[in-house]
Amino acid sequence: MHVAADDALVGVRPPVTPITVRTDRRTDDKIFRAVVRAAGFGSLVLLFFIGLFLLLRGLPALHVMGWRFFTRSGYQTLGSHPTFGVLASLYGSVVVAVVALTVGVPIALTTSLFLSEYAPIWSRRTLIALVDLAAAVPSVVYGLWGFFELQPNLVGFSTWLSQHLSFIPIFKVVSPPVTSSLFIAGIVVGIMIVPIITSITREVFSLAPPGEREGALALGASRSQMIRSVVLPFGRGGMIGAIMLGLGRALGETIAVAIILGETFAISPHILQHGGTTIASLIAIHFPSGGPRGIADLLLCGFVLFVLTMVINLVASAVVNRSRSGAGVEL
Amino acid sequence: MSTTTLAPVAPPERPPSRRRPPSPVRPHDFGVADMGLFLMCVASSLALAWVIFYQLTLLSGAFGFLIVWYALLLTLYWIATSQVVDRMTATDRVVSVVVVTGAAVILGLLLYVIVWVSAKAIPHIDLHLFTRDQKYFVLVGHNVLSTVGVAHAIVGTLEQVGFAALLGVPVAVATAVFLNEVGGRGTRLIRTVITAMSGTPSVIAGVFIYSILIINHVLGYSGFAAALALFVLLLPLVTRTTEEVLRVVPSGLREASLALGASEWRTVWSVVLPTARSGVVTAVLLGVARAAGETAPLLFTAFGSQVMNPNVFSHPQSALPLQVWTNARSADPILITLAFEAAFVLLVLVLILFVAARVLGRTRTGSRRSRRWRRHDPSILGPFDLQLAPVSSDAPTEGGQP
Amino acid sequence: MTVDTMSPSYLADPDRIRGAGLATAGGAARLEARGVHAWFGGRLVLEDVHLTMERSSVTALIGPSGCGKSTFLRILNRMHEVVPGAQLAGSVELDGADIYGPGQRASDTRRHIGMVFQKPNPFPAMSIADNVLSGLKFSRLKPVDRHELVEEMLRKAGLWNEVKGRLGELGGALSGGQQQRLCIARALAVRPRVLLMDEPCSALDPTSTRRIEETVREIAEEVTVVIVTHNMQQAQRVSQYCAFFLAEENQPGLVIEAGTTEKIFSDPVDPRTLDYVHGRFG
Repeated sequence: MHVAADDALVGVRPPVTPITVRTDRRTDDKIFRAVVRAAGFGSLVLLFFIGLFLLLRGLPALHVMGWRFFTRSGYQTLGSHPTFGVLASLYGSVVVAVVALTVGVPIALTTSLFLSEYAPIWSRRTLIALVDLAAAVPSVVYGLWGFFELQPNLVGFSTWLSQHLSFIPIFKVVSPPVTSSLFIAGIVVGIMIVPIITSITREVFSLAPPGEREGALALGASRSQMIRSVVLPFGRGGMIGAIMLGLGRALGETIAVAIILGETFAISPHILQHGGTTIASLIAIHFPSGGPRGIADLLLCGFVLFVLTMVINLVASAVVNRSRSGAGVEL
Repeated sequence: MSTTTLAPVAPPERPPSRRRPPSPVRPHDFGVADMGLFLMCVASSLALAWVIFYQLTLLSGAFGFLIVWYALLLTLYWIATSQVVDRMTATDRVVSVVVVTGAAVILGLLLYVIVWVSAKAIPHIDLHLFTRDQKYFVLVGHNVLSTVGVAHAIVGTLEQVGFAALLGVPVAVATAVFLNEVGGRGTRLIRTVITAMSGTPSVIAGVFIYSILIINHVLGYSGFAAALALFVLLLPLVTRTTEEVLRVVPSGLREASLALGASEWRTVWSVVLPTARSGVVTAVLLGVARAAGETAPLLFTAFGSQVMNPNVFSHPQSALPLQVWTNARSADPILITLAFEAAFVLLVLVLILFVAARVLGRTRTGSRRSRRWRRHDPSILGPFDLQLAPVSSDAPTEGGQP
Repeated sequence: MTVDTMSPSYLADPDRIRGAGLATAGGAARLEARGVHAWFGGRLVLEDVHLTMERSSVTALIGPSGCGKSTFLRILNRMHEVVPGAQLAGSVELDGADIYGPGQRASDTRRHIGMVFQKPNPFPAMSIADNVLSGLKFSRLKPVDRHELVEEMLRKAGLWNEVKGRLGELGGALSGGQQQRLCIARALAVRPRVLLMDEPCSALDPTSTRRIEETVREIAEEVTVVIVTHNMQQAQRVSQYCAFFLAEENQPGLVIEAGTTEKIFSDPVDPRTLDYVHGRFG
C-alpha cells in the first residue's frame, strides 16, 4: 500500500484483517454431514409430529365435550350423551406421583448417599450395577409383584392407617375395601422410580469437590456433618433435577398402575380406598373400546400427558444445567 | 559457608540394626465395642417392640412391628451412643444407620421381586413353554398347562425388538455423531429435545404410532408397527448414551486422523467409532433391554394375539410383556400361571441383556486397561480415592503413574 | 492440674472460646511424633520419622517435592486416614496424649489440630462470616459474641479491613489470597492448639504471602505452627525450627536432619541438607 509522505497518518499502517479460511469440503464429507444432520433434526421433527398427531386426532373429543373435557371425568363415549373428561385421571396421576415421590425420594437419597459416601470402594461397582438393574426390570413385572404379593401385605397397614389416623382426611376410608387403591399403586411406582433418581444424585454427589470435603473434615466435622455442609449443598441442583425426572416417570407409569388399580372415576382425597384412575392407565385399559369418540378421547388424554411430562422434563434439564453440580452430569 | 563444591562425602550410615518397619494400621473410629453397642441396641429395641406388640398388644401387624422396631432402634442407639461417646458421634452414627437402611431397602426389594417371580414360575416350567402358543386354550373347560405356552410371545418380542434395533441403532448413532462430532447450529436444541423425549412415557410412543399410521389404515396392527413404536422409545435412550461414550474418546485421536489427511467421515468411521465400540454396544444392549420390557406401546400397535404369527408385517402379534399383561388380567388360574412363566422368561431375557451390556462394556484389552478406566470413572470412586487426594504433590499415584 | 484435653466436657466448655487470646486452657501445645511410617496402597512412602514440634514455635518442613512432607503433615491431624488405602504406624502425642490412641476420635483431634490447605477451600455457598464460624458449628460450640469472634479472627488473619463492610458476601467471591486468609481465620476460630499449614502461600501473590507470614509470626505464641514450604526464604523468615525431608529414588521419605532454622541454614550436619539449602537441587 502506498502512503503519501506528507500524509498526517504516516507511520500508521492500516489494520490487518485476517483472511477467511475456506473450508472446501470433499463431497463425501458433505454427504456425511448432511446425513447426520438429517438424523439429528429428524428427532426434532419426530417430537413435533408426536405432539401434532396426538392433538389432531384428539381434537374430535374436544369438539364433543368442549372445554368440559378438562373439568369432567369418566369414559362414557358411546350413546347419545357422551361424558368423558380428563379430570379424574389427571387427579389420579398426580396423587400416584405424589405418593411415589414421598416413598421413593427418601429411599433414593439415602441410597445414593450410601453409594457415594459410605459403601466400601470394592463393592461400589457391583452395588451401582444392582441399582441400575432395578431400573431395567420391566414394569409389568413390578405390576405383578405389586398386585399379587405386596398388596396383600400392605392391606393390613392401610387398614391400620384408616383406623388410627382417620383424623387426617387422606387416610380416612369411607367405602371399605382398601385394595387396589391409589395409595398402593403409588407405593409400587415409588419403588420403581428409586433407581432413576439414585443414579443421577449419586453421580452428582461424587462430583462434590474433595478440597471442600477435606476443609470440612479438617475443621473437625463428622462424616454426616461434612455431607450436610459440603455434599448436599453442592448437589442440590442435581437432586432437584433428578426428583423432577422421577416425577415425570411416575406420572407416565402405565402398566404397573393399570394392574394394581381398580378403576373408578371418583375424585376423592381418600387415597387408601379402592379405586381411582390415572391418565396412562386409563389409556391402556380402555383402548380400543369406546368407538371413534373413545379413541379420540384417549388420544387427547395422551396429548395432555405428553405435554405435562415434556414440561417437567424440560424444567428438570434447565435446573440441572444451571446448577453447580449439574455441569458435568448427563440428565 | 563457601559455595565451592565439596568433596563427596558418604551419607551417614543408617543404623546397622535397621529394624523392619512396624506393621501398618488404619485407624478406625468404630471398633468392636461400638459394634457391640449397636447390636445391643438392636436386641433391646426388638425386645421392646415385642413387648409393645405382643404383651401389651397396643398395636398389631407385621408392617407396624417393623416400623416401630426401627424407630425404637434409632432412638435407643442415639441415646446410648450419646451417653457412651458424645452427641455428635451419636447423630453421625444414627445417620449412617439410616443411609445404610435406604440402600438395603431398595436392594432387598429388588431381590424380593426377582426371587418371587422366579419362585412362582420355575416350578411350572416345561419345554412346552417355548414351543406352544395359546391356540388351544379354551375359555371354559378343562385346560392343562402343557397345552399352552408362550412361543408366540417370544417370537413376537424377538422380531419386534430386532426390527426396532435395526432401525433405531443407525439413526441413534448418526444422531450421536451429529451432536458430538459435527455439531454446529441446533445442537443444543436437539440435545434438549432428545432429553425431553427420553422422559416421555412409553405409552405415548404407542399411541403416536397408532394415531399416525394405524388409525388411517396405512399399517394394520402388526409387529412392525410395534417395532416402530419401540424405535421411537429406543432412539433418545441410545442416542444419549452413545453421545456420552463418544465424548470420552480422546480428541487427540481425531486430530491424528485428520492430520493424516483422512476426511471427517473416515475419521468417525475408522477411528472414533471403533474406539468407542464397546461403549456403543453397551448403549445398544441397554436400549434393547428397555425396549424388550415395555408393554404399553405394544397395546396400540402389535395389539396382541393368542396364536403364533411369525409375520411381522401383517396381523396382530403377541410379545412377552403384552402376553403377561393379558394373561394376568384374566380369571383363569392356568392363564395366570402362564403369565408368571412369561414374566420369568422376560426377566431372564432382560437380565441376560443387562449383564451382556456390562460385560461387553469393559474394554477389549482386558483387566489392566479396565482398571485404569475404573480409576478415572468419577461416578464410582470415593471422593478421596488415590488419584484425587492428597491435594498436595507428595503422595504417589497408584501404580507409579506420573 | 492435669486437664484431659480430649474429653468431651473440655471440648464443650464455653470458656474455651471466651476471653482474650486464641487458646485459654491448654494453649499452644507440644506435638511429638515418634516412629511415624506411612503407606499408600501397600507402598511405604514415609519411614521412621521422629520429630518434636515445641509449643509456641513455628516449625518448617522443607525438602523437594514428593518426599512425604505433606503426608507427614496430614498424619499430624489424622487426615491421612481419610484416603482409602492409606495406612500408618507410630504415634503422635499432643501434650503427651497419643492422638492415635484407643478411644481417640479423629474429629476431636482435628478440632485441636487445625489445618490450612495449599489450595484455598472456603465454603462457597456460605457467607464470609459464616465461613469463619463454620468450624464452631461442627463442634457445636457457641461463642459468646459471634460478631466479636468473627472480627477477632479476621483481624488475626489480616483480612478484616478488606471485608469488614461485606461480611454477608459469599466466601467464594474473594480473590485467592483473600480466600486463603479466610481459611486461616476459619481455622483459628475453633481455637486450635496447633495449626498445620500445607504450602499455604504457594498459589498466592507476594502481597498475600507477606501478610500470611505476618499472621504466622503473630499467632505463634498462642498456637504452635507447623508449616510445609518449598520456599526456603520463607522458612528462614517465619520458622524457629526446621526439618529437612528427602526421599531417594524409589525409596520412602525420611527426615535427614532437624534442628533450629539457624543451624540448618548456616551449618547443617548432613551434606545433602547443605546442598538443598543452597539451592543445588529441589
